Amino acid sequence: MSFTLIGKHENDPRANRDGYVNAMLELMQEDKSVVHVDCDLMNCINTTKLLKAFPEQTFNAGIAEQNAMGVAAGLAATGKKAFIHSFGCFASRRAFDQAFLSCGYSKLNVKVIGSDPGVTAAVNGATHMPFEDCGLYMNIPNCVVIDSCDYTQTYALTKRLAKDYDQISYMRLIRKGHKTIYGDGSDFEIGKGVTLKEGKDVTIISSGIMVDKALAAQELLAAEGISAKVIDMHTWKPIDEELIMASAKETGCIVSAENHQVETGLGSAIANVLVKNGPVPMEMVGIQNRFGEVGPEADLCKIFNLTAEDIVAAAKKAISRK
Amino acid sequence: MQKAEKMQELRVFAQEIRMETLKIIHSLGKGHVGGAMGMADAMAVVYGAYMKIDPKNPRWEDRDWFILSKGHAGPVAYATLGLMGFYPVEEAYTLNRPGTNFPSHTDRTKTIGVDLTTGSLGQGMSEAVGAALGNKVDGRDSHVFVAIGDGEADEGQIWEAAEFAAHYKLDHLICLVDNNGRQLDGAVADVMGHAKGLAAKFDAFGWHVIHVTDGNDVEKIYDAIAEAYTVTGKPTAIVLDTVKGKGATFAESSGAHSSEPTAEQWDEAFAYAEKQMAEIKAAK
Repeated sequence: MSFTLIGKHENDPRANRDGYVNAMLELMQEDKSVVHVDCDLMNCINTTKLLKAFPEQTFNAGIAEQNAMGVAAGLAATGKKAFIHSFGCFASRRAFDQAFLSCGYSKLNVKVIGSDPGVTAAVNGATHMPFEDCGLYMNIPNCVVIDSCDYTQTYALTKRLAKDYDQISYMRLIRKGHKTIYGDGSDFEIGKGVTLKEGKDVTIISSGIMVDKALAAQELLAAEGISAKVIDMHTWKPIDEELIMASAKETGCIVSAENHQVETGLGSAIANVLVKNGPVPMEMVGIQNRFGEVGPEADLCKIFNLTAEDIVAAAKKAISRK
Repeated sequence: MQKAEKMQELRVFAQEIRMETLKIIHSLGKGHVGGAMGMADAMAVVYGAYMKIDPKNPRWEDRDWFILSKGHAGPVAYATLGLMGFYPVEEAYTLNRPGTNFPSHTDRTKTIGVDLTTGSLGQGMSEAVGAALGNKVDGRDSHVFVAIGDGEADEGQIWEAAEFAAHYKLDHLICLVDNNGRQLDGAVADVMGHAKGLAAKFDAFGWHVIHVTDGNDVEKIYDAIAEAYTVTGKPTAIVLDTVKGKGATFAESSGAHSSEPTAEQWDEAFAYAEKQMAEIKAAK
């Protein structure tokens, strides 16, 4: 793992989806066994580029996610490293039994990509807004679950998934350009959180779109004299227990920040670790037992309390409970 | 070998599969007898006449594939694979015991020779389609057989997979439809009928369709698969009108989905199976 932190809250001009697509173009070139199955959403995440460059390795299954998941399993059984994409809601809820049995239980090398995670589904609204996708996949034994945060991380973790792991995984894919967190060439290890800022009063553990907000919260807290450690916990399962416990000891309290239901996501995964190994006060920023709504992402972040200010408030509360 | 001789061999093999299927289920005392026994003839033909396999190298990459999408018929697959030499068939007499390699539904992670895991109905069909696609893009001349039930065809996933297979012209995919007319809650026609029938349905999905009205006749199954092997540009569905529980005296008349016979009923079933075997051999 080696990374450079940018984290200046600036938009990445590159679409995040191209982190996936560019990694796949290289992977497909190097390795004929890397394949991509899509569900009539190729134009949404630019996998038409894969189809054009590697038609023998790219398959459109149409609007039929359950079959697509099974096809990916069958391809994997013939030796393929099968990536399969749909919107996160359909890649999880719609095809979950297939992901669970045909892929997970069957120990087949299928890498599920779920785009438009949580509030980034924005104007597609509640029906397309997965707040439970990672939670579902975390129920599959040995499934790797990832919430990637930017172009560079998506690119790096796509390659890691292809090369380092041969069973079922689920990775969230932010579709459009988002805040740049990492410098080009950064690399990550599945299951290892990234400490972005050191601190001593509280640890903010975030992932995906919340990483940028966690960094913003760290700055707001610093202005008030509060020292916050910030972690990008891109892998939710297996979760980095060592880093969580070390941070709990260092800072004495934890705030989780996720674009997902806290009851079944990152917050609960961290809480499990704390309860087993030594609890400290913890607050959870994320979706609190609600369905999605329609609207621009920035508005939804306010509606669902996913802002830097929400993280700041949670941090102060956690500190007050020490 | 002359065809007549081969058919005789397959009839004997089918009856051996029946007897072993009964023994496997008898080892536990109960199970999905109906859906397993009705498939014995198709299993005998597929494995006895067509499947390109190597029991010593079960994951041989140039092999043919068989996926029992109606995974609850597991015992008939375990009987067949054992008799084909993948393992001593007696190992399957541990059916459904804790730690067994022979669970109720076929499982690629447990049983040698099982190509893909099934049990949640409809899923084996998509898995088979994926395997056929993988073989096709890699240029392998491998056939993929998938067996589904007519009850299983209630599942929407079957039809998603059917459209995919036709779209990608998977002509090495052969779907055997165990059209026994029964599902768990009763007659298929009463529970969830297939309107114009499964042959018409596969035809509408762009498949080559062969309807075998005696789906327990090994020669007719043999001829149907021979025809399927000549088809190019589309997958083939072979609709086999079978008798659920065929050859199991306690299940055949009722068409029961699962059975837990008495000791006397088991004795009767085994005696009948032995008698059938003698008759098949005598007809030589």
